[in-house]
Amino acid sequence: MNFSLTEEQQLLADSLARFFERDYTFEKRRAIQGSPEGYGRAAWAQLAEMGILALPLPAAHGGFGGGAGDLLPVMKALGAGLLVEPYLATAILGAGLVARAGTEAQAAAILPGVGEGKTLLAVAHRDADGAPVKATRDGAGWKLDGGKRVVLHGGQATTLVVVAAAEGGAGAFLVDPAAAGVTVRDYRTIDGLRGADIAFAGVRLPADARLGGDADAGAALRAAFDHAIAALCAEAVGVIEQLNTLTLDYIKTRQQFGQPIGRFQVLQHRAVDMFIAAEQAKSMAYLAAMRAEAGDSVAVAGAARYVAKQARQVAKDAIQLHGGMGVTNELPAAHYAKRATMLGFWFAQLV
Amino acid sequence: MDLNYTAEELAFRDEVRKFTKAKLPKDIQRKVLEHRRLEKDDMVRWQDILAKKGWLAGHWPKQFGGQGWSPVQIHIFDEETAALGAPRLVPFGLNMVAPVIMAFGSPWQQEHYLTRIRENKDWWCQGYSEPGAGSDLASLKTRAVREGDHYVVNGQKTWTTLGQYADMIFCLVRTSTEARKQEGISFLLIDMHSPGITVRPIITLDEEHEVNEVFFDNVRVPVQNLVGEEGKGWTYAKYLLGHERTGIAGVGASKRELATLKSIAKKQKRDGKPLIKDPLFAQRIADVELELQALEMTVMRVLANRGKAPGPEASILKIKGTEIQQAITELFMDAMGDYALPFDPEWNTLDGAGDAPGPAYAAPMAARYFNYRKVTIYGGSNEIQRNIIAQMVLGL
Repeated sequence: MNFSLTEEQQLLADSLARFFERDYTFEKRRAIQGSPEGYGRAAWAQLAEMGILALPLPAAHGGFGGGAGDLLPVMKALGAGLLVEPYLATAILGAGLVARAGTEAQAAAILPGVGEGKTLLAVAHRDADGAPVKATRDGAGWKLDGGKRVVLHGGQATTLVVVAAAEGGAGAFLVDPAAAGVTVRDYRTIDGLRGADIAFAGVRLPADARLGGDADAGAALRAAFDHAIAALCAEAVGVIEQLNTLTLDYIKTRQQFGQPIGRFQVLQHRAVDMFIAAEQAKSMAYLAAMRAEAGDSVAVAGAARYVAKQARQVAKDAIQLHGGMGVTNELPAAHYAKRATMLGFWFAQLV
Repeated sequence: MDLNYTAEELAFRDEVRKFTKAKLPKDIQRKVLEHRRLEKDDMVRWQDILAKKGWLAGHWPKQFGGQGWSPVQIHIFDEETAALGAPRLVPFGLNMVAPVIMAFGSPWQQEHYLTRIRENKDWWCQGYSEPGAGSDLASLKTRAVREGDHYVVNGQKTWTTLGQYADMIFCLVRTSTEARKQEGISFLLIDMHSPGITVRPIITLDEEHEVNEVFFDNVRVPVQNLVGEEGKGWTYAKYLLGHERTGIAGVGASKRELATLKSIAKKQKRDGKPLIKDPLFAQRIADVELELQALEMTVMRVLANRGKAPGPEASILKIKGTEIQQAITELFMDAMGDYALPFDPEWNTLDGAGDAPGPAYAAPMAARYFNYRKVTIYGGSNEIQRNIIAQMVLGL
C-alpha cells in the first residue's frame, strides 16, 4: 500500500498551488464570479496550458490517461483554491462520459477540444419535475423534449451531454446549446458556481448525436458519475483543509481576554474535531478513488455521503470559531464555508 | 401546579390574535411567512400600528406609558404576533436601552427618549462590540473625553445591526483608562445624525446588508446624554444583558417556522413521494419539535418564577433557542434538495421570488441558513453563554 504521490503528481500539485497563489487570488476569483460568463477565460487557458484539462482524457485523444488516483491531488488543489471554473463538469464528468460511452469518432470529435480548453461540457442529468427528457426517433435522427434542472455549469458549456430515456435504454446525446428549441436558464449558485435549468422543445439531432450509437449507456453513465463523485470527494478535502487552515490561523491570532482565543480549551476541542473530520474525509476520498476504479458504486456513494457530512460540519464550526468575522462576505473563510456546506447537493446530482 | 392560562390571559390572547389578524398588513405578513427581505418601511409600518394601539411598549410599566403587561402577557403577545407572521420588533430601543433608561436615566432622558421609543419616532441601534472587543467586551477602546458640557467621542463600533436606519445609538465608551477596565466605561446616548459619524456596511455571507461598522470622529455628545454616572456603564450594560426577556428563546417564531416547514415538506417530493413521508426526514423534524416543546415549557417555568430578576436561565433560553432556529433553517435548506443551490439576492422580494428557477419558496432557503449562522455568535456567543452557566449555576 502506498498513499504518497509520484514525482509527476507532486509536480502538478505544486504548479497548481503556484497558480492559485499568483494568478487566481481571492479578488480575481470574486471578479470572475461576478462576471456574466461565470468563469474566467484566462484561468481556463492556463489550466489547459498546464495540462490539467488533458490529464483525465485518454491518451488516444490528446490526454494523459490519468485515473482517479492521479486526479486526487489535482482535485484537492482545485478545492483548496476554490476554483469556480467548470473543471468537474467538463474534464471529469462530460469528457468522462464521452470517453466511456462515445464511439471513437465521437471521442475524436470532442475530447481534443476539451484538452485544449476550447470545448466546455456539461452533463444534463436530473430531469425537471413533470418533464423528463425523452428522445424519440425523428427520421434517421432524434428529437428531444423535456427539461433538466440544476445542471452544473450548464450555462457555460459549448456542448451539452443530455441524458435521456431513449429506444434501447439510457441515451446520452450531444446537443449544441445554441440549437433551435434549447433554452438555457443560467444562474449563480450560492457556493460561487453556476447552474442552469435547460428546456428542450422538439430539438432535432442528427443520428450520430447519441453517444455510442443505439446501445444502452447506463453502465458508462454510472462509471462516469462514480469518477466524478470520487473527484468531488477529493475537491471537498481541499476545501475542508483550507477552511481548517484559515480557522486555525484566525484563532491563533485573534486576541480576547489578553490571549489568542485558541488558548481556550473549548475552542481547541472544536478545532481538533475539525482536524479529525478533515483526516477522515481524506481517507474516504482515497477510498472513493479506489472504488471508482473498481466499479463499486455503493462504496463511492457512501464516501460521498460521509465527505459531504464532514464538510458541512466543518463549515459550521469554522464560521462559529471566526465569530462575527465568519459571517462577513469579505473573508475567504465564508466562501469556503459556503462551498463546503453545499457539496452534498452537488453529490446528489450525481446519483 | 396549573399549567393553563387564566381566563384573563386567554381573553388577552384572543384580543392580540384578533388585532394582529385585522391590522397586520398582508404584504408584510407574506414577507415574514415566505422569508423575504424586510425593508425599513415594513418594520416601521407594523411598529406604528402597534404604537397607535399602545402595544408597541405594552411590556413597559404603566409609569413609563406601557400597559404593564405581566410576564405571561408579554409571552402571549410575542407568541401570537409571531405565529401570525408579524415581524420581530426591533429590540434596540424597546427592549434594550429602554430598561436601562428606566432604571438609571435622568428624568429628562426618561421623558424625552422613552416617549419617542414608545411612539416609534426613533430607530435605535447598539454600540457595544468593537473590532478588538467582542466576547471580551470590557476591553473596548472607543474614547469619550469630557470637554465642558460635551463628551468628544472617537473610535469605532462594529456589527451594528440595522445601524444604517438608526437615529440613535447607545454606546459603551471609555471615559477612563486608569481604573480596572470595567470601571472606566460609561453609557452614552448618541444622535446618529451628529457630525463625525460614518456608517459603513458590512455585507454578510448571504450578500445582505444587515450589519455595519460605525466610526466616530470627534463626535460631540451633550453631557445630558450620559446615562447615570460616569464610569458605571459596565454595570448598566450587564443590567441590560440580564434584562433580555424570555423572547430571546424565539419560541413563537420557531413554532411558526416548523409549521411552514411541514407544509413545504408535504409539497416537496423525494423519490416520487412527499418528503414528509421520508422517515429519516420526518424524524429530523420530530427531534427539533421535541426540543422546541421542551424549550417552551422551560420558558413557562421561567415565567412562573418571575418577580426576581432574570438570571442565568436566560443563557439556557439563548443557547437552546438559537440551536433550534439553526436546526430549522438547515431542515428547510435540505428540504429544497438541488433547488437550494440557485442564488440571487434579487429573488429575496415578493415580486422577485417568481424569477427563481425552482419553487418560489426555495429561493431564500440557503441564504437564510447562512444568515442564521449569526444567532449562535451574536448577543453573547453560545460559548460565552455556557461559560455563564458554568460559573454562575454550576460553580465551576
